[in-house]
Amino acid sequence: MEKEDLIEEIRTRFAADVASYAETYGDQTLVVRRQGLRALMSALRDAPFDYAVLLDVTCVDFLASENRFEMVYHVFSLSRNRRLRIKVSLPADNPVVDSLVGLWKNADWLEREAFDMFGVGFIGHPNLKRILMYDGFEGHPLRKSYPWRKEQPLVPPLKD
Amino acid sequence: MNGPGFLATRFDTALGWARKFSLFHYPFVTACCGMEYMSAACAHFDIDRFGAGLTRFSPRQADLLLVVGTVSHKLAPALKTVYEQMMEPKWVIAFGACAVSGGIYQNYAAVQGIDRIIPVDVYIPGCPPRPEMVLDGLLKLQEKIQNGPQDWRWKKKT
Amino acid sequence: MESRIEKNARPDVMLLNMGPSHPAMHGTFRIMLELEGERILNAEVEIGYLHRGFEKTCENKTYFNLLPYTDRLNYVSPQINNLGYAMAMEKMLGLSAPERAQLIRVLMSELSRLSDHLTCLGAMAMENGAFSVFLYMMKAREFLWDVIEFTTGSRMTTSYIRIGGVRADLHEGWRDSVKTAVAETRRVLKDVHGLLDANKIFLNRTRGIGAMSKEDALSYGWTGPCLRSTGVSYDVRKAHPYLLYDRLDFEVPLGERGDNYDRYSVRMREMEQSLRLIEQVAGLIPDAEPRVKADGIEPAEAVRLGRRQKPPQRIRLSPNLEGSEKDVYPRILTGDAPVVVPPKEDTYTTMEGLISHFLFFMNGYGIRPPKGDVYFSVEGGNGEVGFYIVSDGTDRPYRLHLRAPCFHIVSALETLIKGRFVADIVPTFGSMNMIGGELDR
Repeated sequence: MEKEDLIEEIRTRFAADVASYAETYGDQTLVVRRQGLRALMSALRDAPFDYAVLLDVTCVDFLASENRFEMVYHVFSLSRNRRLRIKVSLPADNPVVDSLVGLWKNADWLEREAFDMFGVGFIGHPNLKRILMYDGFEGHPLRKSYPWRKEQPLVPPLKD
Repeated sequence: MNGPGFLATRFDTALGWARKFSLFHYPFVTACCGMEYMSAACAHFDIDRFGAGLTRFSPRQADLLLVVGTVSHKLAPALKTVYEQMMEPKWVIAFGACAVSGGIYQNYAAVQGIDRIIPVDVYIPGCPPRPEMVLDGLLKLQEKIQNGPQDWRWKKKT
Repeated sequence: MESRIEKNARPDVMLLNMGPSHPAMHGTFRIMLELEGERILNAEVEIGYLHRGFEKTCENKTYFNLLPYTDRLNYVSPQINNLGYAMAMEKMLGLSAPERAQLIRVLMSELSRLSDHLTCLGAMAMENGAFSVFLYMMKAREFLWDVIEFTTGSRMTTSYIRIGGVRADLHEGWRDSVKTAVAETRRVLKDVHGLLDANKIFLNRTRGIGAMSKEDALSYGWTGPCLRSTGVSYDVRKAHPYLLYDRLDFEVPLGERGDNYDRYSVRMREMEQSLRLIEQVAGLIPDAEPRVKADGIEPAEAVRLGRRQKPPQRIRLSPNLEGSEKDVYPRILTGDAPVVVPPKEDTYTTMEGLISHFLFFMNGYGIRPPKGDVYFSVEGGNGEVGFYIVSDGTDRPYRLHLRAPCFHIVSALETLIKGRFVADIVPTFGSMNMIGGELDR
């Protein structure tokens, strides 16, 4: 099937959730509303869309705008050799979204990383704790509001 | 009689000679410098010819702590524990720019030089340092061991 | 804070910590084990000990300045990271490098891939007891790094592949050094095949251990040699060809069972394919004209003559000690847009050159891609290395994210070692090729 038909099919099937579609630099991007995310991703994973691989889950912090966090998912279909990017905007006061654990096995760690770096909550995640920073680190480092050079050392400096 | 006597200094020199040519190092390898450490330790640029070839994989059996690569704040307690587990006499080489001063990572995550946590004897800068620089650093440490005051615990305290 | 394993473990089992500083943990990796005797009931993996703030740092550096940080991601194959970043930027800017630069990029990528696989298999073999294999592979790596060093100036972290092309042309005499490197690597591979392929001890430790099925591997997002060892044929060089890979002839080796031995075997066969690619590319790169050197005598000669009297001739001292840079530029760097450092002859001698130099480096100027985001991936030593760059029109990236292949591969470690012995962790983890710089970014 041509990629345009499948995108059309996604948009018709999930018309309530898909906010827009764009194609930038050859990458296809779907902007989705957060309440329909898990259903959409679950459908994408199975036939006929067959996006069997969750390539990446990341987040972008748009400090200036009201929808502060934007989750970006990249999925890949091996059988059709197509990539798709899905974006979900989250408001600053309640940055939570449905977890994709159960659909793809690497969603666990990827969402932990998004939580650690940005503070985005994932509803239904079995073990949402920090993965790259240590327990006891305050703040979420990749947020634009976290100062770049602010260290929180665990070992006190040596005095000599 | 001021200072150590003739026999004591001769013994110091002998002890220094023995210690410098039989360094057992503990490679605390973290990052990219580890690749150059591997090159320095392997056949092309052998550190075994300087007596430091035998890698001890336990800090309790080592006397040289080679901190290779970036130490992040998450890893710093482990580094401190490893250092404290080593027995005297012990030396520390900071290998690579990140261990010396934080390197190019001046941010929230990296310790800006391991001398903030443990005392360091020789600093080998470079990102990563060439194996010849590593050998030069090792030779400088050997000089330091030879010429410095030796630590002999059995000396009676007067 | 207690870890999950401490909370859920039965009271009569032993909890063992293979801590962050461990010889077989490749530096900075921690596995907490719940053991009954030698058998692992549960495992919990903790990463992040080499988190160096790459992504946050990149938000504060210009697009040109952050290139050295990309080297240090997958530090055993640094040019491939450079390449991924450069090509992601070129996709965003709509540029492409000249053909010679693309061939050189392929050569450097394959040399990096060879060095990645050599390091991975050498470390894996060493941890299983085959120390000679490690020494042989490091020897082969030295020859590869010689080629890289003579061209780029640095053995490892080179920052050689730039946006728009490569930094410098191949060194004179590169054909000989490449030929030596390829011959030595072939010799080492032949030795290692003889030492490990049918070795009973190695087979017992790796065959059937750490087996992963195709569906699970895809669900975990595995890519690269680990995925191909399960039998799925996905290689970014074939699926989404970049540079000139669609014109080159190479195979993608596959495994069957997805166990440790298959991962070892796929990497060994991939190394042979990389050597084939290097030979093809070396045949395709035309001989370049020798660099134009300005007239005059060499500085060393002038010093020697000047001991007695003032040297009569002009001293030839080129701006960057390499000979003329300006004629080499059209071969190695794109002239389409001001995304490259202007050649030094122009910078030091003409006003326009000086201005363009400043316009490249000044704060707020330089490479400013249009607003938008882009994702581009290349085939790294571990799999699909992807760069997701969000630009807001200024000279610094708004967000730069690395899709680290070994993050996904290592996320499966807990399930792969569950139910096995402690000694099985070593070949399983070794064959996954965890690289801390990429895992933790």
